[in-house]
Amino acid sequence: MDLITTFFNWPVFRDALPLLLEGLGITVLLGAVSIVAGFVSGLLMALLRLYGFMPLRVLARVYIDVFRSIPLLVLLVLVYYALPFVGVRLSSFAAAATALSMVSCAYTAEIFRAGIEAIPKGQFEAAGAIGLRFFDTMRDVVLPQALRIVTPPLTSNCINVLKDTALASVVAMPDLLKQATQAQALAANPTPLIGAALLYLVLLLPLVRLVGHFEGRHRAATQ
Amino acid sequence: MTALIQIAGLHKSYGAFHALRGIDLEIAQGEVVVVVGPSGSGKSTLIRCINLLEAYQQGEVRVAGERVVRGKALSKVRAEVGMVFQSFNLFPHLSALSNVALGPLRVRGMSRRDAEARARALLDKVGLAEHADKLPGQLSGGQQQRVAIARALAMEPKVLLFDEPTSALDPEMVGEVLAVMQALAHTGVTMVIVTHEMGFARRVADRVIFMEDGVVVEQAPPEAFFGAPREARTQAFLQAILQH
Repeated sequence: MDLITTFFNWPVFRDALPLLLEGLGITVLLGAVSIVAGFVSGLLMALLRLYGFMPLRVLARVYIDVFRSIPLLVLLVLVYYALPFVGVRLSSFAAAATALSMVSCAYTAEIFRAGIEAIPKGQFEAAGAIGLRFFDTMRDVVLPQALRIVTPPLTSNCINVLKDTALASVVAMPDLLKQATQAQALAANPTPLIGAALLYLVLLLPLVRLVGHFEGRHRAATQ
Repeated sequence: MTALIQIAGLHKSYGAFHALRGIDLEIAQGEVVVVVGPSGSGKSTLIRCINLLEAYQQGEVRVAGERVVRGKALSKVRAEVGMVFQSFNLFPHLSALSNVALGPLRVRGMSRRDAEARARALLDKVGLAEHADKLPGQLSGGQQQRVAIARALAMEPKVLLFDEPTSALDPEMVGEVLAVMQALAHTGVTMVIVTHEMGFARRVADRVIFMEDGVVVEQAPPEAFFGAPREARTQAFLQAILQH
């Protein structure tokens, strides 16, 4: 068997393609749900961590540290295989989305904290001096500026979340990687895995380029 | 009639540094007060205590009879006390117009239309009508500071605090900002101005206050203050400043 028929076998690829695309759809859906949930909860977590009442502030810090330390695969296995022992039985999608969001929340919170802390003190003072309350100060003054600063690291985090969706295959999620390994077993040929790798690249390479573009623009703006 | 701003027994320390050592001061409605003194004398700290941008350890500040303290009432007091900063502190992501309209929109609860109409009128008043849609980064320092004055005015405050408003400006832009400030004086709004512009103080102030080492050393109307200062420390300061 030569290299082409082993790794780039067209008939095998053609047969596997519908499965792969189905998997890609689930990967994108899982990634999107986790990114959105992680974004919203991460922003709230950052605000709690910076401005919450004392016990909440400590809790937020503990949460962020713990979920940045725990390996995602371990968390995923815990959520899917351990929680049923206390009666919490999540579907593989729900388990994967929960684990991904919880970790993304922690990273997003750290990114937002850094962005908010980079806003000069004078901005908070000017907002306070015209009588803006906390919520308006955040919405109108601080967060729009912070969001510009953190767009590159936030996009990087989105890439990480999308890549980490592949771990969901461990809890029987029919995502892109799982579909590929199944198709590979069925055809006794690794071409579907190559196809999956290519689909991941098609999905993620533009995002990686986008981060580079944001960073270039940010450099130009700060010079 | 009671004073609009009442400061009593004010003490403020930064760690071991005692920045304000017992300030007692009353400022009347409509009065224009200029605070002068060497750097580190506590004059900026003093006016930052009036709207509680600086917390203090002892004493109290009242604006229109209301104690200025942390909590729910603070933004209400601050809405009545406008402030103009040395480094402008405009919101860099908002146009000049939006910078000025933000307070009326969010704090006064005006409609966007009314808030922007007021902002346009104020930008016109400070001579910047044609720059309304520019971002702060596209304006000169003098123009930015005039937008900042319009932003403070948009709240129709009882008091305007100026914290060295011309110190960060190139010399050729100082005049345009001082002209705007001079036009505001004696229009009813109370002004407390920290500045090194002695000519401005002489022309515009009702009262000049000299601070050094965290205390008020001397205060007098400008003619008396510049013409016949009583305290030796005031004389030394004025001599050092007016010599060059």
